[in-house]
This record gives sequence, structure tokens and C-alpha cells, in this order.
Amino acid sequence: MNDFFSNPVLVKALPEAIIETLQMVGISAFFTVLVGLPLGVFLHVSAPGGLRPMPVINRILSDIVVNITRSIPFAILMVALIPLARALTGTSLGPVAASVSLSIGTIPFFARLVETCLRDVHHGKIDAAQVMGSTNMQVISKVLLRESLPPLVAAATTTVVTLVGYSAMAGLVGGGGLGKLAYNYGFQRFDVSVMIVTIVLIVVLVQVIQLVGERISRSLDHR
Amino acid sequence: MITVTDLRKVYQQGKKEVVALDGVTLSVPKGSIHGIIGHSGAGKSTLVRCLTLLDRPTSGSVSIDGTELSSVRDSEIRAARRRIGMVFQHANLMDSRTAAGNVAHPLELVKTPKDKTRTRVAELLKLVGLEGFENAYPSQLSGGQRQRVGIARALASEPEVLLCDEPTSALDPATTNEILDLIQELTSRLQLTVLIITHEMNVVKRVCNSVSLLSRGRIIEHGALEDVAGELDSQLARALLPLPPSFPLPGPLQRGPVLEIVFSGDSAKEPVLTGVARHFDMDINVLAGSVETLGGQQFGHLRVQLAENSDVDGVLGYLTDRGISARRVAPVAGAAPEFPDTLPDPDLPDPVVPNQGLHPTKEQGRHE
Repeated sequence: MNDFFSNPVLVKALPEAIIETLQMVGISAFFTVLVGLPLGVFLHVSAPGGLRPMPVINRILSDIVVNITRSIPFAILMVALIPLARALTGTSLGPVAASVSLSIGTIPFFARLVETCLRDVHHGKIDAAQVMGSTNMQVISKVLLRESLPPLVAAATTTVVTLVGYSAMAGLVGGGGLGKLAYNYGFQRFDVSVMIVTIVLIVVLVQVIQLVGERISRSLDHR
Repeated sequence: MITVTDLRKVYQQGKKEVVALDGVTLSVPKGSIHGIIGHSGAGKSTLVRCLTLLDRPTSGSVSIDGTELSSVRDSEIRAARRRIGMVFQHANLMDSRTAAGNVAHPLELVKTPKDKTRTRVAELLKLVGLEGFENAYPSQLSGGQRQRVGIARALASEPEVLLCDEPTSALDPATTNEILDLIQELTSRLQLTVLIITHEMNVVKRVCNSVSLLSRGRIIEHGALEDVAGELDSQLARALLPLPPSFPLPGPLQRGPVLEIVFSGDSAKEPVLTGVARHFDMDINVLAGSVETLGGQQFGHLRVQLAENSDVDGVLGYLTDRGISARRVAPVAGAAPEFPDTLPDPDLPDPVVPNQGLHPTKEQGRHE
């Protein structure tokens, strides 16, 4: 126990690493939802048989953009996107730069989850809304999104948990955070206590995210 | 008043054309309930989708009080839809909204002021007998209560026409009757024009003023309930007044001719059977019968057997003179189907045997 508190890495570098991880997860979660939610809605609505079928654009977005992005392993995508991160944020180091590739990595993932959630909304509800004179936007906002809010929150939770995992990977190529800490000190310096502490922290972080997400999802669910 | 004229809907299925509606014409006056009955595949769902403008008909027209709906421009389609309130089989309520929230949904769409919405919602929930359930979510309501919310929601935009698509098919018999009574009460109170699409003859019997039989995209029989019920030959009459299967009784009557008789309206009040018995001095056995009140009139459908060697033509004449439809049928008869599956095939002999019903008929074969 004494070992932990006298370990300079844990005392000095750990708080900073925690903040960096939270920053990466926070920023990229924000952008993932910001872009992924509308993208998922669009994928659903423009699909054949959807509210406003647009077969060509749907095909391009669904098959090419989303599937290709999702099929590239994140470790590779992350490295490949370093130039883009530099162009957007002015640097390739630090949590903000890492958030660029993190967001791009998880946006298609989240969009697919959103699409699946919306597909589960019973078609009769959409018929009912249209018969009462809803515009397409009203169907999206008042039926599709509102009726699938509990599963959407669950999908966002899953996405954020994935982001925690990705953020540890992003740490290795300059993102910082707990991943970098564990690699630099735990692995390269054989500091077992650092390794244990980071693992425990990441497990706790994931548990907290999962718990909060489930609570919110359940409180919204009236089915 | 809703008028549907020569409505056709043709779907393109690959290279094949599927005719879902083949010239449907019907008209329902204000304040009355019209039932459209038919098997699955008869075109009921397509008719609903065309009436609500969820699908555009290929040709023909739908108009409400003289205003044409089927040809409105896309920009006006939403306003046109609001003139028709729709009740669904499974209510199709929003699970995330309370009962009050669901009823308020159509009002929100046209940005009704909050206080006005609140009073209107309270009014509507009271109208359907759901006072005090404002804050209940659909999952906390019973099937019948959910359907009541669905009806209140359908009425929120003050439509002239209420279209009910299998409104009771997911409900138990007691709840079915409650919902049907509610629809009937609302029809007369709000002077609605109601169309009920259903496959249950009970629904038609209980609330409809008139009925159409839809088969393969066409209306093959239609009319006021009291008119179709009195027609011995119509498929609807057989479904409205079904007779249980029966067999000739043993004994001296065994070989006598069998008649089917439909009494309707006033003639149902006369003691015709005993009249026949006295007039022709013969014995009559009742093999099967059903009595119903349809469209406010009493109807009776009987299958009777006369004594052997009796004057069948004389009896038929006697009954016809008194405005009762009667005809001779095969001695063995199965139960009438709820309503017939298909159109009668013109190539097959009529199941009604005109002279001596000794050869097996199609009806008989089914029950052997």
C-alpha cells in the first residue's frame, strides 16, 4: 500500500492521465453523438421503404462510407488519420488531437446502432403519426427518436464504453491518458503497481458509464 | 358523408401487375356506420391505405362532403388527412407518451396553444370514458383502454370521417362490445361518418347500418343491413344469420322436403309457421334456426322440414305472398361459413337443389 503512494508515477502522472482519458472520451463522445445520430437517422429514413427513400445516397453512405470505415481496424485508422488530426487541431499530440480519430472511428459504429434502434420502432406508430398529419420531420422527432429513446441511450452507452477502449489505444500514438501511462510505465518499465492501478481505474470507469447509462435508459422506458 | 368512386389500385410487382382494388365504389352518409367485411387478401388493407392517402390510388376518387381527397397536391395531403380520424387494430399508441400525451399528439402537430390543448384533451378523454387516466402510460392500460385512447386521439383533430381498421380484432368479446358501443355512441353524438373494416361478422351485426362484402378487390355485395339480411341468396345474409348444421329427423318426417325461410322486419311478427301448418294441414319440424336483431329489425332464419308428399310449391307461394323469402334446399346442410371464402364458382352446380336433393352436394361433401 505504501508502495502506491510513494510511487512518483502514480502521484504525479496518474491524475493528469485520468483527466486526459476523460477529455478524450468526453470530446469524442460529444462529436460521435452530434454526427452519428443524424447520420443514423438519415440511413434509416433514406433506406428503401423508409420515410423518404433515397436509394443512391443511402447506398453510398451505407455501403461505402460506413462499412468501409467500420471494417478498418481502429489501430490502423487511428494512425492513418494523424495528418487529418494535425490539419484540424494544429497538432498530432494530446487528447484533443486524438479525439479526431476517435470520433471518426466511432461515428459509423454509433450510426449503425442508431439505425437499428429506429428500425425497431413499430411501423404502425409511423402510420398513425402520418395519418394524423405529421410532416416527415415531425415523424422523426416525435415518433422515431422519442419512441426509441431508451435503446438510443443504451446504444450511446455502448459507444462510450467502446470509446474508453479506443482511447487507451489512442494513448499509445500521442493521445496520452491511462493507456499511455500503462504502456510507458507499466509495460516498458515493468512497474506492476502502475499497471494494476490503470486496469482497475479503467474497469471502474467502464462500470460507472454502464451503470449510469442503464439507469437513464430504464428511467426513460415506459414500455 | 364519404364517397368512394371506382377506386382502383394496381401494384407493380416486378413485371407483374397486381390489382389490389378493382373498382371499389361506396358511399356512407353522415351519422351512419358502414362495415366493410372481407377475408385477408380481399383488399381491405389497400383500401385503408388509399382512404388515408398513405397510398395514392391508381385511379378513382375519394371525397368527403364533396371535397376531393385523392387528387390533392402533396403539400395539401396533410391537411386532407386530418379530415379522417383513424383507429387501428393495435391502437398504435406512442409508448413514450401518457394517455393525455397521445391524445395531444395530433394537436401538437398544428401548434395548438398549450391551454387549449389541455382542455381539449380532458374533454376527449372524458368522451371515451377515461377520466382520471391522463397520466397513465399505454403499458399501464388494458387493451380496451388503449383502444379508447386511440379513439380519442383519432377524434382530436375533429375529423368528419372515422376509419376503423379491425378496431376490435385484438380484444376479448366483452371489450369488443364496449368499444363497438362507444363507436356507435360517438357516431350519433358527433354526427360522424364511420367506416369499419373487419373480418368479424359480429362487429357488423352489432353496430353497422350498412355493409359491403369485399372480395378480390371488388365489392360483390352491399346494402343496408336489413336489406341484405332478408335476401336468402346473398352471401352476406348467410353470414349474418348462420344456421347450425342439421340432419333430417328420424321418423315419418324423414323424407320430407326441406325449406329455408328468412323472416324479416314485420313478417317476423306474424306466426307464419303455424299459419302454414293450419293452412295446409301438415306437420312442420324446425331443424335449425337463428334469430337476430339487425339494423333495428328482427330477423329470423329457419330450416324446416315439411311432411312427405306435401305441396312444396303451394307452401313457397303462400310464404312469398306474405313477403317471406323461402326456398327449397338439400335435406342435409352444413353450417354456413362465417362468410364465404371465394366467389361462387359458376361452373359448379348450385348447392341449392331445386327438385329432389338426393345427390350429394358440395356443402354435404365438406361435412362427411
